[in-house]
Amino acid sequence: MKSAVIVFPGLNRDRDMIAALTKISGTAPQVVWHQDADLPDVDLVVIPGGFSYGDYLRCGAIAARSPIMDKLRERAAQGVKVLGVCNGFQILIEAGLLPGALMRNKSLKFVCREVKLEVVNAATDFTRGYKEGQIIRCPVAHHDGNYFADADTIARLEGNGQVAFRYAEGTNPNGSINDIAGIFNEQKNVLGLMPHPENLIESAHGGSDGRALFSGLLGQAA
Amino acid sequence: MKARVTVTLKNGVLDPQGQAIEGSLKSLGFSGVGAVRQGKVFDLALEGSDEAAARAALTNMCEKLLANTVIENYAIEISN
Repeated sequence: MKSAVIVFPGLNRDRDMIAALTKISGTAPQVVWHQDADLPDVDLVVIPGGFSYGDYLRCGAIAARSPIMDKLRERAAQGVKVLGVCNGFQILIEAGLLPGALMRNKSLKFVCREVKLEVVNAATDFTRGYKEGQIIRCPVAHHDGNYFADADTIARLEGNGQVAFRYAEGTNPNGSINDIAGIFNEQKNVLGLMPHPENLIESAHGGSDGRALFSGLLGQAA
Repeated sequence: MKARVTVTLKNGVLDPQGQAIEGSLKSLGFSGVGAVRQGKVFDLALEGSDEAAARAALTNMCEKLLANTVIENYAIEISN
């Protein structure tokens, strides 16, 4: 599987993501700068975490209006898989590729710790490396991960299997509705999540629960 | 022309920052504060003098960038 990572000014998790994709797929992703005219011909496009444009205006708001995002929207409509982690999730939401909003954490604090995630829907390309209901460890590091959407949208997400991951065992770090940690678009080819699976892929990280997301996605055995 | 755009959270959207400000006001001894909701103000200097056109453009700016209409409302004021 060929992949690309889009980099915006202010991201800081891009190298972690590139390392994870390279280690798990055996091939380095193509790195796309936000001012590049087009996306390469790949199967997966990833927007990593960080603080694009210093989180000015709203987290992800400025990056979401970059011209490269029009290209990403076209690819997503064609079925190319898109993964957004942390700020990448915020950017996908601001770009309208995923519904809802990510608001300031309920505690008002930046939260950097490990949480537990429940795999809610394991029947997708992104989550097939897990079992439905499986509880996994995953680190989080964010200030604005409090997922919000109106009641109709939440009901639709829950009914369509669009909730990918939920914070489990009382570890919700941000007050998100229904403990939502990550969601799919309706077609399940776009996934956004606040936690960082790329930071838990090998023993040096203290665990490898995040690895199956990439290995499942990249079509390899976990 | 000048314009002021005010962006506020919609009713029913949790505002933990507003709640923290409210708590701080109370701890400073300001009594009689029921609830605080915080928001953003944008002051824009505009070229031209067509107010209707400016209002249409500002509405577009709010819808496309200045406000996140999933959670926020916006109000536009124009002055000369």
